Formats: sequence, structure tokens, C-alpha cells
Amino acid sequence: MGIITNQGILDKLNARFPNAMLEVSEPKGLLTITTDRETLPKIVAYLKEDASLAFRFLTDITGVHYPEQELPLGVVCHLQSMALNRRIRLKAFLPLNNPRISTLTHLFPGANWMERETYDFFGIIFEGHPDLRRILNMDDMVAFPMRKEFPLEDPNRRDKNDDFFGR
Amino acid sequence: MTTFLEDSEQRDITTLNLGPTHPATHGVFQNILKMDGERIVSADPTIGYIHRAFEKIAEHRPFYQITPLTDRLNYCSAPINNMGWHMTVEKMLGLELPKRVDYMRVIVMELSRIADHLICNGILGVDSGAYSGFLYLFEEREKIYDIFEEICGARLTTNIGRIGGFERDFSEKAFDRIRQFIKEFPPVMKDFENLFNRNRIFIDRCTGVSPITVEQALGYSWTGPLLRAAGLDYDVRVLEPYSSYEDFEFEVPVGTSGDCYDRFIVRNEEIWQSLRIIEQAMEKLKKEPEGVFHADVPEYYLPPKQEVYNNMEALIYHFKIVMGEVENPATEVYHAVEGANGELGFYLITDGGRSPFRLHFRRPSFINYQAFPDLIVGGLLSDAILTMSSMNVIAGELDA
Repeated sequence: MGIITNQGILDKLNARFPNAMLEVSEPKGLLTITTDRETLPKIVAYLKEDASLAFRFLTDITGVHYPEQELPLGVVCHLQSMALNRRIRLKAFLPLNNPRISTLTHLFPGANWMERETYDFFGIIFEGHPDLRRILNMDDMVAFPMRKEFPLEDPNRRDKNDDFFGR
Repeated sequence: MTTFLEDSEQRDITTLNLGPTHPATHGVFQNILKMDGERIVSADPTIGYIHRAFEKIAEHRPFYQITPLTDRLNYCSAPINNMGWHMTVEKMLGLELPKRVDYMRVIVMELSRIADHLICNGILGVDSGAYSGFLYLFEEREKIYDIFEEICGARLTTNIGRIGGFERDFSEKAFDRIRQFIKEFPPVMKDFENLFNRNRIFIDRCTGVSPITVEQALGYSWTGPLLRAAGLDYDVRVLEPYSSYEDFEFEVPVGTSGDCYDRFIVRNEEIWQSLRIIEQAMEKLKKEPEGVFHADVPEYYLPPKQEVYNNMEALIYHFKIVMGEVENPATEVYHAVEGANGELGFYLITDGGRSPFRLHFRRPSFINYQAFPDLIVGGLLSDAILTMSSMNVIAGELDA
């Protein structure tokens, strides 16, 4: 198998999904593609099925919260092609009032707990997930603690004064 | 929830609560099992008992203060986590390290890999009814911890290393201890292998327990010894070498069936390979200039205290680092190291501030453990215990 560069992967994706690559960058050599929530599961399926790319390993799914963006909640997937020895990062951003995206569990059974963790911490709902419950936090928790507005400590505490230190 | 044996005939199903604290689970795991006699009909794991919100805490801490958190992920091989984190930050900053630092890191990482595999294989012996091997190995593990103590002053949660290198050079005593370990450890390991590898009872107990195919293992995103035992030679050290692993000669052992016995053998073989790497690193260190233990990056590496009190420049850098006045690039990094349980990944997003904007740990135990219910359903309860110890699930890494 010949060496396929990031540009080669991007060309293939552009040919298959025209106008779906909203933002492309390459921080530290890792191809990062931002797309929309309808296309992200399709791209993952295509990357997995395509024999010349063979991104058959799901490294990680996680979330990220940018409070000041129009679409604040992000889903970030890392995929790896062991045949090409290359990684790719896919992102899709969701609105706060309707953070829904299709699940990847039918492609990768290992996505199950990764999506549960993302739901637990960011409240992102993966449609079609077989068992979308909280995983690390307790079940009766109401907030999604990794969102930026969730305080690290109880804001009513008076015994600590961190005015000069900390973020 | 995974189920098994859904027939119409009347069955007497018992619910068994295995955990959260149980002598056979080596950590805080709860599994609600439905049992038909000795056989497991369904399993429902509950995790998160020692969740400590590391990702949230990390967003509020400067980069150099995150090692105490990574220490407590996989506490059986804390230095690998620490080194992984330092390398992530160095990748973010674009730092180049001297070869000597790389080799020193390789020694520390491989020592902790040995320590981790020793615990896992020793415990597997205990759970299958052979206590003696565990006692043989734990003495050697103590010696590894003595080496860590000599290098950084701590044994279990080491907080070892700094961004840009080490906090101090290895002392002559540390080198002596490493050399002594390389000499004294192989006979003990040989004894251990003689006790287990061809032991009829142990083989009968472990072969065919929770086997898995490569396709299944890849589907579950398994990495590390578990994936290699299933038969795929995926190792981050080979595919994406970090910390100069490309300079070393070593082999990646693979199994065939992915059952408990294969995992045991793969781990044993990895211990030998780690030992080989340490020996090579010790040889390579002799050719490197003495006394180099960190990169020359004053903006990120704290100067020695003596300098801070007597040298204006060092004082300025010290102030800037501690008060977070150093410019950091706004970027995102994914860096993976081969942890003792598999690919330990750090996904870091920075916004230019003194602490991460978002930090996510790809924890191999968390991802490996989700296959556990599927592996044990249909098997015996005693096999479930064995499966858990052969997967080497560390509660700290599972729950972060």
C-alpha cells in the first residue's frame, strides 16, 4: 500500500462529501476536520469501509465546550488507520438547546462507554445509543459537570481565597 | 446489559452483587450478576466509585501541576503517565529534548512497565490459587520502587520528571540500583516462569477463559497486552515512536487466542523485552554527555533554587513560570504513549493560557473494561474473577 498523505485523505473526503468540510487544519501534523452533525457519522463509516484508508480503529470520542461560540458543544472523534499508520480527528459542533448526534456504536462497539462518558460530562445525546446513561457520575445528578459554567468548587465557600492565584 | 440463555423453561436465577468492595476484585468495581447456578446469565457493571474529576481539575491548574493528577490514573505505573503528560506538553510547545533525557525516560518507563506487569501476573497467579509467585515478584517490585525513590524521592505516586526533562540527574546510587536490578531480576523471573508457564494446573485453569478474536478486540478499541494477546502486534512504541524508542531493538510479543493464558504469557514476554530495552538504554547512556538531565528551555523549566536567589535572570524566569506569564501556543495536541494497559492518550486543547482549555485522558482501562460483561457472560463465576485480573483493570485509570 502506498503512502497516503493527509492531503490525499482530504481529497478523497472532499470528492465523496463535497462542501461538508467546514474547517480543515493540521495542528502538529494531525489532520483535523470540522463538519456538521449529519455528516460526521457518514464520514466515520466511509473512513472505516474504504479499503485504501481503513480507519478501523476508534481511538477516542470526547466532548469540548466553547461557551462563546454559536454552536458551543463539540464532539471530537479520533480515528486511527493502522494500515496507513495515520490518525485523523473529526469534530462536529452542536447547539446547546438540542445537542443531538447519531451514535457510532453500530460501527464500533467500543464507542459505547466513550459516548456514555461524553453524555455524562457534556450532555451530548447520541441518538440510537443502546444504553445512554450516566457512567462516572451518580445517576441523580442534574448538571453536566465538564461544561464551562459548572464551577470547580462550591462558589459559596468562604474558607479559601484564591484571588491572586489560579485561573 | 448482556444476556444469555433466554429459554422458556423455568430457571432459578439468583442475583449476585459482586463488589463494590470484594477481596477478589482488587479495586472498587461493582458488577450485578444474574446467576444460574455457577453460570453467569447477565452482567451489569457499575463504575465511577473513585471518580475524582481530573479533567475538570486539570482545567484549573498550570501545566506543570498536572503530574500529581496523572500519577493517580494508573497508580501501578505512575511514571509512564507522568512522562506521557510531559511529552504532551513538550509536543504542544515544540521542545526538542537531548538524547540523554530520552534514554533516562525510557529507563524509568520500562521499569514501571515491568512493575505493572509484575503486579498483574502475580495477582493472576493469586486468583488462580498460586500464591507463591506473587511473593517472589513483589520483592522485585519493591526494588523497582527503591530505584524510583532514589531518582525522585517517592515510590508509588512518583510525580517524576518535569516539563523539559527531569528535576535532577540520576544519582550514582540510582545507576547502581538499576544495574543491580538488571543482574538480579532475571533469575527471579525465570523462577516465576518455571512455576507457571508449563504448570499443568495453571494452564488448565487459564486456557480458554474469555478468549477474544482480533476483530472483536479492535471493535472494542482494545490496545496494549490485551490486543496483542489476541494476535495483533499494535504497539505505540513501534508505530509512533516517542522518546527515542526508534533507537532500541525489541520485539512485540503476540498471542493467538486472546485468552487469560495468552495475556499472561504476553505480559511475561513484555517484561523480558522491557529488560532488554533498559540494558540497551544503560549502554547508550554511557555515550551521552554526563550531567545533562533537562533541555535548555529556561522559559518552561524551573531554574534551581540556588540560582533563583543569586541570579537575576533565573529569578525572572522563576517568577514568570510560577505566575503563568509565559506565552503558550493556542493549539491542540493528541499524544499517545504505550502505557502498561495499552494506548494512554492525552488530548490537550490550549487557548494560550497557563492551564489547559480542555484535557482529556484516553484511559486504556476504561475502554478495555467495557468488554468485560460480554466476556464473562456464559462462563463461570470463578472465570469472571480470573478474567478481571488478567485484564489488569486499575480503578484509578478506569474512573479518572
